[in-house]
Amino acid sequence: MKRTIPLLITALGGFALIVAYFIPHTQSWGEQVAVWFDVLASLAFVLGGANLLKIHLKHVSDRARGWGYSAIVIGSFLATLFVGLIKVGVSPAAQSPDYAWSGSYRQIGSAFWFGYEYGFQPLTATMFALLAFYIASAAFRAFRAKNLEAVLLLGTAFIILLGRTFAGVALTSWIDPANWEGFRYLTWLRIENLTVFVMSVFNTAGNRAIMIGIALGIVATSLRVLLGIDRSYLGKD
Amino acid sequence: MAAALVLAMTASAAAQGQPVAAPSDLVASDHPWDNGTRVDLTWTLSGEDAALLGYVVRRKGANDPEFVRVELVPPGTRAFTVSELSPSGSYLFQVAAVRPDITESTPASTEASLTPAVQWFDGTRFWFLLTLIVTSGAVIWFIVLARRGATLKVRRIAGLEAVDDAVGRATEMGRPVLFIPGIQDMNEIQTIAGISILARVARTAAEYDATIEVPTSKSLVMTAARETVQQAYLSAGRPDAYNQDAIYYVTDEQFGYVAAVQGMMVRDRPAACFYMGSFFAESLLLAETGNGIGAIQIAGTAQPAQLPFFVAACDYTLIGEEFFAASAYLSGEPDQLGSLKGQDVGKLLVAAGILAGVLGSTAAALTGSTWIQSIVDYFTFTMLA
Amino acid sequence: MGAFLRDEWWIMLLAAASLAPLVRRFAGEGFFPALRTLDRRWIFLLMFWSVLLPIYYIGLTGQTFPEVPSALSQATFDEIERLQEGDPILLSFDYDPASEGELGPMATAFVKHAAAKGLRMYFMALWPVGAQMIDDTIARVIHTDYPELVYGQDYVNLGFKSGNEGVIKVIVTNLRELYTTDVRGTAIRDIPMMEGITNIQQMRLVINVSAGYAGTKEWVQYAVTPFPDRIRLVAGSTGVQAPLLYPYIPGQLAGLLGAIKGAAEYEKLVVDAYGGPNPDPRYLEGLRRMGPQLVAHLLIITLIVVANVLYLADRRREMRR
Repeated sequence: MKRTIPLLITALGGFALIVAYFIPHTQSWGEQVAVWFDVLASLAFVLGGANLLKIHLKHVSDRARGWGYSAIVIGSFLATLFVGLIKVGVSPAAQSPDYAWSGSYRQIGSAFWFGYEYGFQPLTATMFALLAFYIASAAFRAFRAKNLEAVLLLGTAFIILLGRTFAGVALTSWIDPANWEGFRYLTWLRIENLTVFVMSVFNTAGNRAIMIGIALGIVATSLRVLLGIDRSYLGKD
Repeated sequence: MAAALVLAMTASAAAQGQPVAAPSDLVASDHPWDNGTRVDLTWTLSGEDAALLGYVVRRKGANDPEFVRVELVPPGTRAFTVSELSPSGSYLFQVAAVRPDITESTPASTEASLTPAVQWFDGTRFWFLLTLIVTSGAVIWFIVLARRGATLKVRRIAGLEAVDDAVGRATEMGRPVLFIPGIQDMNEIQTIAGISILARVARTAAEYDATIEVPTSKSLVMTAARETVQQAYLSAGRPDAYNQDAIYYVTDEQFGYVAAVQGMMVRDRPAACFYMGSFFAESLLLAETGNGIGAIQIAGTAQPAQLPFFVAACDYTLIGEEFFAASAYLSGEPDQLGSLKGQDVGKLLVAAGILAGVLGSTAAALTGSTWIQSIVDYFTFTMLA
Repeated sequence: MGAFLRDEWWIMLLAAASLAPLVRRFAGEGFFPALRTLDRRWIFLLMFWSVLLPIYYIGLTGQTFPEVPSALSQATFDEIERLQEGDPILLSFDYDPASEGELGPMATAFVKHAAAKGLRMYFMALWPVGAQMIDDTIARVIHTDYPELVYGQDYVNLGFKSGNEGVIKVIVTNLRELYTTDVRGTAIRDIPMMEGITNIQQMRLVINVSAGYAGTKEWVQYAVTPFPDRIRLVAGSTGVQAPLLYPYIPGQLAGLLGAIKGAAEYEKLVVDAYGGPNPDPRYLEGLRRMGPQLVAHLLIITLIVVANVLYLADRRREMRR
């Protein structure tokens, strides 16, 4: 019973929405369900927040390894929540100056905006910037010409890397019909043209093939889930 | 074109001062099998049709102050489908003949206003329904075949055969197994696929007595993952070993999440890392950190942009459809493997379609034949739209 | 360059000093043995200097590399250039601070181009922090260089709405169903430039700056594909996302700026047309960032070449045994 009801909900809900796509009267059902999901996900925020606090408070009280980090997590979580909810430092909105809390919690100059602008934004940009370092170390470790495919990969990598910079363009700028008439038929060798060719032909073809495979994989996976053949998301029986 | 222009000039010279001959018998009818946004118009051609620039079609909704132009159709056109109407609105239509000098005839109008009807089936999606039935039918057919006992051959996927070894390695080294089901929510099919794989990895971990940690980026995923792992431990006969706090929520924010997971990886040093789900820019951050701590890494995603990063930095990568096949593959159950064969039918269809389209377009371009081109256009814009 | 080396000798000394232990290791152990056991943190340090030094140099001297606009950047520029003064355009900023490095210059250049042409700008965002990006760009471009533009008449910020592609699906037919106020809380009916605007098909152009999901792909799928004759779209996206959008050019996507290079090329076009003789450094940000891009790319190429030399040498040693 505990197993059957979720399976029934999955199957009925899934197939109903598939059929609804083809009947004009019901075509908006899909969007309605998407809205319900948004509601669910918003309520789940509370669940997640409570779990976060519980785990980190436990770390602190147990003095587990790295409990200092947990203390920082709890501190910043509560501080941001407080500052945002109470709208610290927010002046009233222009349309309703009599109500102290009418301004947006994100108003420029407010405490929340301050934390966002000078705490969150730099941290996020830093994490993203780590990618530059990691790609260099990954390139050094992984891009070895082990076989033919690896050599092809390296070749195209060089073309694209150079083609996206001024140096690459300068390297092949001498292939100009103004220098020699014969170059008119060789302009495709210019690195910026090669780059566009590689990206729009080889790369697009590969991407499309992968995307088609993915789409078919999604059909098969969805059918398995809707028909109740793959029940692993409920735990294997 | 030049002949028509000359004809037009002579005609207008001869008919100087005379009004443009109007089209007549304008009939508006609801377009069948649609979602209530189309109306078909038919009319009789104007007397001087050959000398015209074309016919201008206009519509007026109940709330419009005046007629609004829809389209200018070439001379010789007797029918036109007006689209993008509202199913709840009622409309009047007009068609007028237009000379090259932009003089118009008195328009032919519909007498009564028409409300487009919403049918029970959206005809524009007919070909899509057909394709869906064929592809799904193939998958179901192979599932049925497999149930009847047919042996179906599925190729080896190296990454999935390494799952047991990876978990065993973690047990030997006494270090945890890390599983990340992607950073998107449960409404994303990749996350569901990731959770399905989690069930199997968790069961293996329970059998080998390894600890598994699942930090999640979305609360709903945490809830689903907890259910899944608990059931997996139960079915492995180790319900006591299940630790609810090993599956925890971190944060919805992408880079906050990856920072927390990276910190956990550097401190706890998991020996096996599984990245199964939908990832964005954090894929390389996770994979390189895993590399730095010497973990064996198995990744799977259907985000084409992140595949190169996983391939470069992980030991095994499940690319696109291999990732979706993983759960079926790991189960070993015949009917699940059958569904994988059904996907191949879909691929054959696609390959046939590509070949037909390419050959057709090339033939049409080389021979200049209009009927080949119209077949290709029908294929491209109607069947595949 | 000579003057730079002379005046900023201290940073060159710092760089050399930090790399000295690495050089000593190479000298002591030999080239290949040292490479085989190279700690990845030396690579991080090399990357750090190859990004910092060019930024510093370009920041001080203001010199940038000459950029030749590619076909796609030119197409994007022409698409906006053909519009007339007063035409309404929709700008959707769907990115966050993490992608500001690649997409910030694009956003700035788009707004500069639109303001210089006198277009009516309608801003919106599908990412929560996109609303912040809109505010930043408006402050950077409109408040400083075009103070005569009036909020509500020449530009309006409709803000963020959650729902990703669900938002697009609704606003292609009915904008007012979803947006009842702008980001400041003013009712739509009280905003002069919203009069007569019922959906985004009335926009002459949609400009999308996107960093992932929901982004350009969703705009193509849910806005342009249902209404191919009514909605025209140009986009700027991150380098990683750009290849996924090539299939849509030129049918659904009239122009695409890919990565910081696309941004730099588009910036050059805008600055040449509207920047005046001494363009403000704010509008040259993309061009400035090409310097570190060049050096970093050269570093990665060098690392790959060196790694392969090492690999081939090792393989030859194995075969000789």
